Amino acid sequence: MSELQNKPVKQLDPHLQALENEAIHIFREVVAEFTNPVMLYSVGKDSSVLLHLARKAFHPGPVPFTLLHIDTGWKFDQMIRFRDEVVAQHGLQLTSYTNPRGASQDITPFGKTRGIYTDVMKTEALRQALDMGGYDAAFGGARRDEEASRAKERIYSFRTADHRWDPRNQRPELWSIYNGMINKGESVRAFPLSNWTELDVWSYIEAQAIPVVPLYFAAPRAVVERDGMLILAQDKRLQLLPDEQVQQLMVRFRTLGCFPLTGAVRSTAQTIKDIITELRAATVSERQGRAIDHDQAASMEMKKREGYF
Amino acid sequence: MLSEHHDAHQAASSAANSNLSASDRAESTSKPGSKALRLITCGSVDDGKSTLIGRLLWDTKSVSSDHAESLATSSVSDEEGEAGTHIPEFALLLDGLQAEREQGITIDVAYRYFSTPRRSFIVADTPGHEQYTRNMATGCSTADLAVVLVDARTGILEQTRRHATIATLMGIKQLVLVVNKMDLVGYRQSVFESIWQDFQDLARSLSVETVTAIPVSALRGHNVVTDGSAKMPWYDGPSLLQTIETASVNTVPDGRFRFPVQRVSRPDESFRGYQGTIAGGIARLGQELTVWPGGAVAKIEQISTFDGDLLLARKGDAVTLVLDRDVDIARGDLLTATVSPPLSGWTFQANVVALDQAGIRPGREYWLKSSTRRLRVRIAVESQLDLQDNSWRRADQLTVNGIGKIKLEFAEEAFFDTYADNQNTGSFILIDPQTNNTIAAGMVIEKIGGVGQPDPSAMMELTLPVGLAKLLLESDIAADHRDQIITKLVPSSKTPGQGDI
Repeated sequence: MSELQNKPVKQLDPHLQALENEAIHIFREVVAEFTNPVMLYSVGKDSSVLLHLARKAFHPGPVPFTLLHIDTGWKFDQMIRFRDEVVAQHGLQLTSYTNPRGASQDITPFGKTRGIYTDVMKTEALRQALDMGGYDAAFGGARRDEEASRAKERIYSFRTADHRWDPRNQRPELWSIYNGMINKGESVRAFPLSNWTELDVWSYIEAQAIPVVPLYFAAPRAVVERDGMLILAQDKRLQLLPDEQVQQLMVRFRTLGCFPLTGAVRSTAQTIKDIITELRAATVSERQGRAIDHDQAASMEMKKREGYF
Repeated sequence: MLSEHHDAHQAASSAANSNLSASDRAESTSKPGSKALRLITCGSVDDGKSTLIGRLLWDTKSVSSDHAESLATSSVSDEEGEAGTHIPEFALLLDGLQAEREQGITIDVAYRYFSTPRRSFIVADTPGHEQYTRNMATGCSTADLAVVLVDARTGILEQTRRHATIATLMGIKQLVLVVNKMDLVGYRQSVFESIWQDFQDLARSLSVETVTAIPVSALRGHNVVTDGSAKMPWYDGPSLLQTIETASVNTVPDGRFRFPVQRVSRPDESFRGYQGTIAGGIARLGQELTVWPGGAVAKIEQISTFDGDLLLARKGDAVTLVLDRDVDIARGDLLTATVSPPLSGWTFQANVVALDQAGIRPGREYWLKSSTRRLRVRIAVESQLDLQDNSWRRADQLTVNGIGKIKLEFAEEAFFDTYADNQNTGSFILIDPQTNNTIAAGMVIEKIGGVGQPDPSAMMELTLPVGLAKLLLESDIAADHRDQIITKLVPSSKTPGQGDI
């Protein structure tokens, strides 16, 4: 598959080079200081960059940790296919975890369970998976420019034994010296992409020819408009409401999550170059299409305090 | 491909897919793709810092419309002949935590990212309250430049002095004075000139290298991004944005080769490499280096990266070094150019900023983390900086936010550079072993003791095997005399890993 070829096609500019160096430094530091790290892999563009950097950091050795995918069962099909291809191509270890409460209590992103869906299938699932693995450090692809509470994140973000984040009581972080000292049961979330912006991520993907899920590129797709979002209408589990109609529109996804909660944007950007041009002119933030950020004020902060990454 | 090293690199590169060379990374500023400029904004609570950052983001179109919509707009009263400008309530945009929005204050350091066609910027946004000195120190630790904000109506305040002092103590060499709220003093040149004069005196006393000053109205947007000459025709200098677009990134000379080892990579029997980020100077193929502790000497045989081998790598590059012989090297060791050894010893003096509510108490043992090494250290507070008049007063402990000089006493040999020489190998954090909290940030001033201090007529020279010397130095007998012991490795490149003392 041509998308999975990995050949740098372009010299990195000093800005991206500095970001890459910083991320590699963080990867190595965490692996050296913790006994059982894991990398949260969500299959999106940030995860793709994160994985690429992990492979660089430990070259010529293999990636020395497992990838953990919290699969809600409601991801886009294309994401799961892409994930399996990447894992096979690079000989990676991947654990996929789904919270069994989803099936046993019929918790879906629709109807009356929608309100608790994210908490159970993402946040609670993540806590369960981290506990089961006994991980003391978890890499994540979160970036400070994504969202206001993430702007406050440390690169080593300390979590209590029950995975809580206390934003008002964080360890100061100076220079590139990270404090990795924790007690048993506590953990650290490490964010190598902290200082990257959405534009940096795409510029790096372009420069390094990193494969990403094709849903990021514009194509004619069947979508249905619901709650102001364009939902992809490809999964049989999506039941149309009486007034809803499927339309064929030229759309792409700026972020990828659970298909019923992730809105497409109208776009004609079919290449990475097009996406970069589109982003430079964009006036709407990246996560605007993510329903989970808008449930209530300070929504992301609440989720993070509960253990969401 | 930009540099002369390119051809040589291509010749040496063995990897088929390699077209990257660390040596090609141009450092020139103010062109697209140059390294991001990291800056910190400091000012007192009411100097209009949030408005300034907000204005910078707004006028560079870095605020997305869905974020802007969530903000209430505040209207600015009309000036004569000027239409009222409606701009969002910027503090709401910047304060990311619920508690901050509820209390209307900034609690913690937040980082903002924006870019113009010329370059990218990372802004450390820190609280203005006096009690948040520690947050300012945190923001300064990675900043290339500090923007010091002053209210045109009040001029230089104690807080301004404090911020400028902290910034220079943390190694920032470029200060930009922004005299804000010029609209409230009738845009008078004399007001600006008088504050600028005071600030130059302050900067001189702190020996800052580069100082510039800009008259600004952040609220109305004059001289932040857009030109303010309509209101201030007497000012013909650059706007704030132009100033930071053309400022240089922290271009401390590359310095002497320093490589703190992060981890040893041994994927199979055929490969043994040392992974880390070059903390100073340049690594060249064939270069001789010395391993600390121990003093073993070896040469660089390979500079390995994912994109192929390099002939040369420089400060900031994350690489894997392979050496020409088997040497005992572990995480935390420091590789340096043999010709420029680090300061090595048992006792050092350092500046520190107390970051934790518990302060820094005398006689306590802490963990010290510097680069990739963690050591036990006992500390003694010597003096505290009085930020009101910049004088150092005797003190034996520091409360939170205090800046002081301390003595570091190690139970094993430690390796540093001065902070002035190298911000990587000259900086450290102290960690409380009971709470695991980061309680201080430190900058090495000098090594205490060593050659020259003890009375030479009362000294005797001994040459011992390294192992025995170490035992002696770590023993109780030597414990109280470490300052007086001079250790010196007898160079012996024929027996790497071995040395005499």
